[in-house]
Amino acid sequence: MNSSFILHPSMVLFAAAFLLPLLRGSARSVLVLLAPVVAMILLWLLPEGRLWNVAWLDYQLAPLVVDKLSRLFATIFILMVFAGGLFALRQQSRLEIPAALLYAGSAVGVVLAGDLVTVFVFWEIMAIGSTLVIWSANTRQSWSASLRYAMIHLAGGVILFAGVTGHLLATGDASFTPMQPDSFAHWLILIGFLINAGAPPLSAWLPDAYPEASWSGTVFLSAFTTKTAVYVMLRGFPGTELLIWVGLFMVFYGIVYALLENDMRRILAYSIVNQVGFMVVGIGIGTELSLNGTAAHAFTHIIYKALLLMSAGAVLSATGRRKCSELGGLFHSMPITTICGTIGALAISSFPLTSGFISKSMISQAAADGHLQLVWMLLAAASAGVFLHAGIKFPWFVFFQKDSGLRPPEAPASMRWAMILFAFLCIALGVWPEPLYALLPYPVDYVPYTGAHVVTQLQLLLFSGLAFFVMLGYLKRTPTITLDFDWLWRVALATATRQATAYWKFIGAKVSCVVVAKSVVIESAINRHQQPDGPLVRASPTRSMAMWVMVMLLAYLILYFFIK
Amino acid sequence: MNTPASREHWLDEPKNVRLLWRSFIIILVLTVLAEFFVHLHPAFAIEGWPGFHAAYGFLACALMIVVAKGLGLLIKRPDTFYAKDDADE
Repeated sequence: MNSSFILHPSMVLFAAAFLLPLLRGSARSVLVLLAPVVAMILLWLLPEGRLWNVAWLDYQLAPLVVDKLSRLFATIFILMVFAGGLFALRQQSRLEIPAALLYAGSAVGVVLAGDLVTVFVFWEIMAIGSTLVIWSANTRQSWSASLRYAMIHLAGGVILFAGVTGHLLATGDASFTPMQPDSFAHWLILIGFLINAGAPPLSAWLPDAYPEASWSGTVFLSAFTTKTAVYVMLRGFPGTELLIWVGLFMVFYGIVYALLENDMRRILAYSIVNQVGFMVVGIGIGTELSLNGTAAHAFTHIIYKALLLMSAGAVLSATGRRKCSELGGLFHSMPITTICGTIGALAISSFPLTSGFISKSMISQAAADGHLQLVWMLLAAASAGVFLHAGIKFPWFVFFQKDSGLRPPEAPASMRWAMILFAFLCIALGVWPEPLYALLPYPVDYVPYTGAHVVTQLQLLLFSGLAFFVMLGYLKRTPTITLDFDWLWRVALATATRQATAYWKFIGAKVSCVVVAKSVVIESAINRHQQPDGPLVRASPTRSMAMWVMVMLLAYLILYFFIK
Repeated sequence: MNTPASREHWLDEPKNVRLLWRSFIIILVLTVLAEFFVHLHPAFAIEGWPGFHAAYGFLACALMIVVAKGLGLLIKRPDTFYAKDDADE
C-alpha cells in the first residue's frame, strides 16, 4: 500500500488551524493564504481512486477517495478558504480564521470520504468548527445563536449516526454508495443530510445563526455546511423524487422570507436556502444533466454567494449597520464594493454572461427534458423570484434607493481584492464555462448560449425587474422580522419548558408539604415506639409473652377450623 | 471621499434617472421583439406563446410579492421580538 506517501488535503488545513494562533502579523497572513494553496496543490496531485484503506472493527473504511465529483467539491471549498481568508485578514478575532480552517478542513474531509463512518466523523467536526466561527463574533446575540445552531446540528448528527449504525448493521458494509430511502436507517441518513441542507422544518437554523457571525464569519459559513449536504445527497440519494418537492419548497420559502426581510445578511441567508433548493431539485430529478447542473450550481453558487456576503460584510464593517431601512446610497463612497456586490447579484440571478446562467439553466433544462412541466414552470417562476429578492432587492436597498447620507470609506485592500477575485470568477465562468464543465462528474453535452436560452432568460429577468420597481411600494423596508420555524424552539418550546418547570415546582411544593406533614407523623410514631419505654424497646415480661403465644395458638386453631 | 461634493453623482440627477427608465423600457420591448429573430425550441406548448417568458416573469413576481405581503400581515413582528427575550435570560 503506497498510501503512506499521500497526504490528505484536510490535514494541511487542520495543521494551519492549530499553528495559526501561535503566529502574529505578516507570518500569520502568509500562513492564512499559503495553507489553501498547498492544500489545492496536494488535492490536484492525488490520483483518482481509493487511496487510503483502514480496517476499523469489522469494517473497511476509506477515508480518502478521489473521483471527479469529490475533486470538484474539494476544489471549490479550498478556493473558498483562500478568498475567505484574504477577505478576513483584518479580522481582529483570533479565533475566527483558525475555526474557519477547522470547519473548511472537515468539509473537505467529508467530500473526500469514501465511507459513512468517515463522513460522520468529519460531519461532527464541521459542526464544531462552524459553531466556533459564529461564536467568535463575540456578541451576546452570536453566543445565543451559536447555542441554537449547535443544538440543531448536534441533533442532526445524532440522527445521522443512528442511520449510519442501522446501515452498518443491515449491510455490514461501510462504503458510501448510492442509497434509496427504503429502510428506516436510510431515512434517518437522508434526514440527517437534509437538516444540514437547510430543508424544512428545521430550515430556520440558517437565517437565525449565519447573520450573527462577524462581517467575515458569515462569508465562511455560507459555503461549507449546506454545500457538503448537497454533495452527500448527490452521492447518496440521486434521483429520489421526494427531493424535487423538498427543493421546490425551499426555493419558494427562501424567496418569500427574503422579500419580507430587512436585515441585509438575513436576506442573503434566506437566499442560500433558496439556491440550495435549486440544487436539491436537481438531485431529485436525478438525470446526468441535472446532477451535472447541481454540481456546477454548487460551484458557482459558493463563489457568488460569498461575493454577495463579502460586499455585505464590507458594508457592515464600514458602517456598523445591517438593516436595509438604515442603509442606502452607499454607491457614492464605496464604488468597488457596489460594483462587486452588483456582479454577485447578477450572477445569482443567472444573467447571461455570469456564472449562474451556465449552471442553473442545466437544472431547468433537465426538468424540461424529463417532461416535468410543473417542475419546470415552478423553477422558471423561482428564477424570476431570485432576481427579485437577491438580484435587485439586495443591491438596491443597500447601495442605492434613497440616500441614507452615510459616506463610509471604501473597503480596505484585502477585502477589495477578495471581492475583485470572486467578481472576476463570476464573469469568467459565465463567459467561458468549458473549464468548469470539464470538471463535472458526467460528460457535458449542453450548450448554455443559444439564442432561445438568452432571449427567454432576459425576458424573464428584466420583466421581474419591472415588477420590482412597479411594486416598490409593497416592498418598502420596515424594521421588522418575520416569524420562522425557529419560533417553535425559541418561543413555543421555551415557554412550554418554563410552564412545565413552574408546574413541576408547584406539584413539587404540594408533594413536599404532604411529605413533610406525613414525615412528622411517622417520625413521632417511630419515636414513640423507640423510646426507652416504647413498645419495641421495652423488655417484655414473661406473662405478656405467654399471652401472645396463646393468642397465636388460638388464631391457628380458628384458621385450621375454617380451612378444614 | 467624505466631501459634500461626492453627493453630486450622475445617478443623483433626476434627469439621468428618467433616462435610465426610458432605456430600461426600450430594452424590455427589444427583448420581446428579439423572440421573433431567434429559433425558439419550446419544450412545452405554453413556452411557444409570444412573450410568454416576459408575462410569466412579471406575473410570477407580482404573485410572490403579494403572497409575501399577505404572509407578512400574519407573522411580521418588530425586530426587537427576540431581542427582548434575550435580554430576559
